[in-house]
Formats: sequence, C-alpha cells, structure tokens
Amino acid sequence: MHEMAITQSMVNLVLDEAKKGGARKVKNINLVLGELSGVVGDCVQLYFGLMSKDTIAEGATISFKTVATQAKCRQCARVFEVKDSEWLCPECHSISIELVSGNELFVESIEVE
Amino acid sequence: MEIKVLKDILSANDQIAERNRALLDSKKVTVFNIMSSPGSGKTSLILETIRALKKKVRIGVIEGDIASSIDAQKVGEEKVPVVQINTGGECHLEAGQVGRALESLPLDRIDLLLIENVGNLVCPGEFKLGEDKKVLILSVPEGDDKVHKYPLLFSMADAIVISKIDLLPYARFDIPAFLKAVKGLNPKARVLKVSCTTHEGIEEWAEWVISAMRR
Repeated sequence: MHEMAITQSMVNLVLDEAKKGGARKVKNINLVLGELSGVVGDCVQLYFGLMSKDTIAEGATISFKTVATQAKCRQCARVFEVKDSEWLCPECHSISIELVSGNELFVESIEVE
Repeated sequence: MEIKVLKDILSANDQIAERNRALLDSKKVTVFNIMSSPGSGKTSLILETIRALKKKVRIGVIEGDIASSIDAQKVGEEKVPVVQINTGGECHLEAGQVGRALESLPLDRIDLLLIENVGNLVCPGEFKLGEDKKVLILSVPEGDDKVHKYPLLFSMADAIVISKIDLLPYARFDIPAFLKAVKGLNPKARVLKVSCTTHEGIEEWAEWVISAMRR
C-alpha cells in the first residue's frame, strides 16, 4: 500500500521540478529504486497513471533503474551484493556487515519539453 | 530536454519530519517511533512503559492504526494524553500526520512521546516522523529469523525488544542465533527481552527508556 503515498510524493516532486525548469510537458521520469525499498514498480506505474491525470506529467513514461542490495564487510571491507538473503561476507565469511545500498528511492532526472 | 533532479522521493516527508523534530526539540520532548508487525505487543509495551514510569516521566502517546481507536482508548485509561491517527488504509505513519497530531498534544507537559506506528515491518522504516529513537519489537512467536528478512528496519533500530518471552517454552525462538544476526547487521542496537504478561524485563526496558531520553 505504501506505493500510493510514494507515487504521490513522486508526482509532486516531478511537477515541482518541471515547473521550476519551465517545462510544458513531462515525457519521461528516470526513477531509481533500491531492491530493499520494498517499492513495487508496477504499483507505482498504476498509481502514476491515476495521479498524473490532468497534469503536465500525464502520459509520461517511467524508466525504472533498480539498485541491488550491497553490503560491506566490517571485518575485511569487501563490498558484495547480497543475494538470496545471504548476509555473509563471501571473502571472510563474517556476518558483521553493513548495508551500503539497496534503500534508494529517488528521481534521478526528468525528460521534458 | 533533461532536468537533473537527484532528489529523494520522500524528501517532502523528511522536511516535515525535520519540522516536527525542531518543534519537539524546542519543547524538550523525546520521541520514540515504535515499530513491529501487527500483534507483537506495541500497545502492551506502551502501557507497561506508562505504568513503570508514570511517576518519573510525563508521557504522551500517538497511536497509529489503519482503523479504529481501540488502542487510544486503552492508553487513555492510563490518564495520559493520547491522539489516535487513522491512516485509512496506508500501512505506515507519515510525518505530516504526526505534525497534525502534535497540535492536539500538550507538549509543554510531555517529556516522552511514544508513537505507535502501524503494524508492519516494511514501510514504516522509510518514513521519518521526527523521532529521536527507533524501537523495533519482535515477539517470540514470530520467530528468530526475521533480522535478515526485514534487514532495513533491523539495521536502523536503536533498540530491539524481544517481546512475549513468557512464550519461550512453547515457541521455537533461538535467542543466541537472533542476537548473533542482530550483532552482525546492527551492532549498536540495544537488545532487550520483555514479557508484558509476567513483567519480566520491564524494569530493564524502563531503565533503557530513561537512558535514551534527553538530559
């Protein structure tokens, strides 16, 4: 359900930036989503269709860029991709690791005319 | 034409959270954002906290639920100021809702504000409310394997409370394995064990609450 709130925030942000840039129409939104953000792209797409209606972003496409979950080992400093919830350093097998990416949720850019 | 944006989608929420934070700072109110799955015992822990600390600390509560005011009524019986937020379907609280709730609380007469988030281990982690500390509750029947299933919340919690420890004889919950997983992902988190039924561990929890408050 949180996609509704997130999509509304995205629409507000996009319209705001488009207005600042003096755009007449938003053509595409480059959206960056981390795997861990728990945001489902299809839902964002669906809500966007409804929420952008009658705005200059109506009909814009969304290009999703997914960022993998990455962690850094606190023992040997190796940075690795966390796959299948394997929270273990592949180098030294330590479980002492910190998240370094995967929580992204931002608009990288918008294409306008 | 391309316009570089590079802005977090939740930056609007974050700004409101900052405003809440500034207001609460000026009133010297400490705020905990209490998160867990539904039924882990957020309300029970809040009630126990009030009962344990009522004489020392002036507590206020914000109750977040999708619907109903059942929790606010329970808390209200303890004679502390409480505001219920019904999100009407949204699975988490947002800073704006908390900001509006703050307007109806007597902040000059509150030292500690406990915000009970909507029961959910995913989304509440994304939305800052203006809190000082994030408290995460995991109950024994939920199992010890949740740290790596919900890594975001477990990695950001200041305190992790294992609740319903009176059920340990009946449910499989490997405490050493859980502590090891927490230590790996979030070594700074304080882990506490409580039972709101037998009151075991409540004293230690209350001590942590006091230690986490602003001086």
